[in-house]
Amino acid sequence: MASLRDEAAFDTGITAEILDDTVELPPGVGPYRLAWRRLRRNRVALAFGLIFLLIVVLCLLAPIYSQDIAHISPDYGNPTGTVKVGGKTEDILNAVGIPVGPTWNFTHYFLGADEEGRDVAVRLLYGGRNSLEIGLVATLITMALAIIAGTLAGYLRGITDGIISRVLDIIWAYPAVLLGIVLGTVIEIRGLGPFHSTTLLSTALVVGFVYVPYVAKPIRAQVLALREREFIDAARQLGLSPLRIMTFEILPNLASTIIVFIPLVLANAILNEAALTFLGAGVQPPNASWGTMISDGISTIPEAFHNVLVPGIMLVLTVLSINVFGDGLRDALDPRARIRIGKE
Amino acid sequence: MARFLVRRLAVMVGMLFAISLVTFLLFIVALPGGNPAGMLAGRLATPAEVHLISVHYGFDKPIWVQYFRTMEHIFDGTSYSYQSGFNVLSEIEAGLPTTLSLALGAGVIWFLTSIVVGTLAAIKAGRYTDRVLTVLSMIGVSMPVFFLGAILIYYAGYKASLIPISGYVPLSNPADWLWHLIAPWFTLSVLFIGIYSRILRSTILDTINEDFVRTARAKGLSQRQVLLRHILRNSLVPIVSLWGLDLAQVIGGGAILTESVYSLHGVGYLAYQSVQHFDTVTLLSIVMLTAFCVVLLGAIVEVLYAFLDPRIRLQ
Repeated sequence: MASLRDEAAFDTGITAEILDDTVELPPGVGPYRLAWRRLRRNRVALAFGLIFLLIVVLCLLAPIYSQDIAHISPDYGNPTGTVKVGGKTEDILNAVGIPVGPTWNFTHYFLGADEEGRDVAVRLLYGGRNSLEIGLVATLITMALAIIAGTLAGYLRGITDGIISRVLDIIWAYPAVLLGIVLGTVIEIRGLGPFHSTTLLSTALVVGFVYVPYVAKPIRAQVLALREREFIDAARQLGLSPLRIMTFEILPNLASTIIVFIPLVLANAILNEAALTFLGAGVQPPNASWGTMISDGISTIPEAFHNVLVPGIMLVLTVLSINVFGDGLRDALDPRARIRIGKE
Repeated sequence: MARFLVRRLAVMVGMLFAISLVTFLLFIVALPGGNPAGMLAGRLATPAEVHLISVHYGFDKPIWVQYFRTMEHIFDGTSYSYQSGFNVLSEIEAGLPTTLSLALGAGVIWFLTSIVVGTLAAIKAGRYTDRVLTVLSMIGVSMPVFFLGAILIYYAGYKASLIPISGYVPLSNPADWLWHLIAPWFTLSVLFIGIYSRILRSTILDTINEDFVRTARAKGLSQRQVLLRHILRNSLVPIVSLWGLDLAQVIGGGAILTESVYSLHGVGYLAYQSVQHFDTVTLLSIVMLTAFCVVLLGAIVEVLYAFLDPRIRLQ
């Protein structure tokens, strides 16, 4: 008898002890705890997450580096000054206006000067702060609008869905960069209520708006599937209002989708900010961002390529670290991804 | 099929109308005083001259009359740029060969490369090849177009003199045409290869476990036949739809960054210029072109869908 039970247990992969109902079952582990366990095992994703945190901390320390170590403000150009490079004294800008390259002296023009004689390292940190800030605010705007639009369209269906989906389609049909420069230019000229071209918030608003359909469409599709499930039916039978069902029944079930989208949108928002700024419709001078630095630097090709290389590498490193971490996060939240790789 | 086409056409017209209206309103709102006449007349113009221009172009009419007049001129090809005074249609026509060369070449490159990369990564899933390809596509996705362009121009253009630094040469000189487009093609393709190959990799890994794949193996098809005829054909559906949309946007002036980094004076560059100069008519025409391409290629993609996956019916 016992051997038969053991065999049955072997087939189902359950050990004999658990089938014995006198033994108490261990408490269950929630999906988020499981996801966290999987994420913790993914060393590469964690390492890149750490790199991202490091970049954020460095950029937040910009004022300290600027005031106490480099002793130069990000907007201060010193075109007639000199620096020491490896014991030799060199002009910050030489006779034909070409800026000096990296001095590798941590306290003075560490990464060289730009075409106006400003300290690239100091501007890099300040610019990074602006780029990250815009990226973050834009992501919040995208996610908030997309969650509201996607949930309303998916749950209410009918005419609401029709209107929201058509609006999303219109935004979608524009190339992201083209829509960005159209909106950016409009705000630059006219302002939009309290937003003026000189505030970073207007750029964040434009970048955030452009990505709404990319997130709202998948959320709508998921809500369409969710609303047919039994627990939503039960909530409706209990007489809960649609608003309550959407916020307390549907929204929690969207959590993992939302978490997966956040790094994706953040990475794209930072890239798009740089692109808009490169085209002159994003961050306006004197504010620095990685986009303005690259765009200024391209005009000094081929004489002073460090002006493009330094902010460019920071930009790629930041976006790459967000992407790799986000990928790990998705694998952790979507267990099927693990099985998929295992089965091959 | 006929019903599908009619429905598609109706959606297309509606979309084009909405998109043109939104763009038009955005620029009416943005222009100082909502009237481009002041800009057309120049800084030294007297109010009387501004008024004359206003009447001539119809800027004194209600907005909806202006809108329909503008659209009428765009469609019969008699609209003139507020900025340069040139015929908008001929300006777009002048930019089209550049943009088409860039878009179609890059489109073919990124489509084929991502199929190869994605398939390779999927059949080697979890192994060394897969990891290297994943890292490369991650970097590709994280690379800003203008930074990649700047790197290529500096290292391959200035330093190694391997590629020309910028500009476009017409197709009448095929060798030079190719020569000048290699770097822009590569620059434009990298991002898409990164995205597509990762999507294809995961779709293939999903498809591998499907019943019809097991059936194909069971009836004794070779590994290659299973891969090409059954797995790949089914996994291509999401890639093809993305490709249609992305290609449409690039043809309609979406490659603004690539075109401006390499000074290719195509449709994207024209769009960029017209935004900077508040040239509503030119921008409207380009946006219409983009939207037209997006909707048209969207319909073509749906037909392709039905061909790739017989379970999908056109309706």
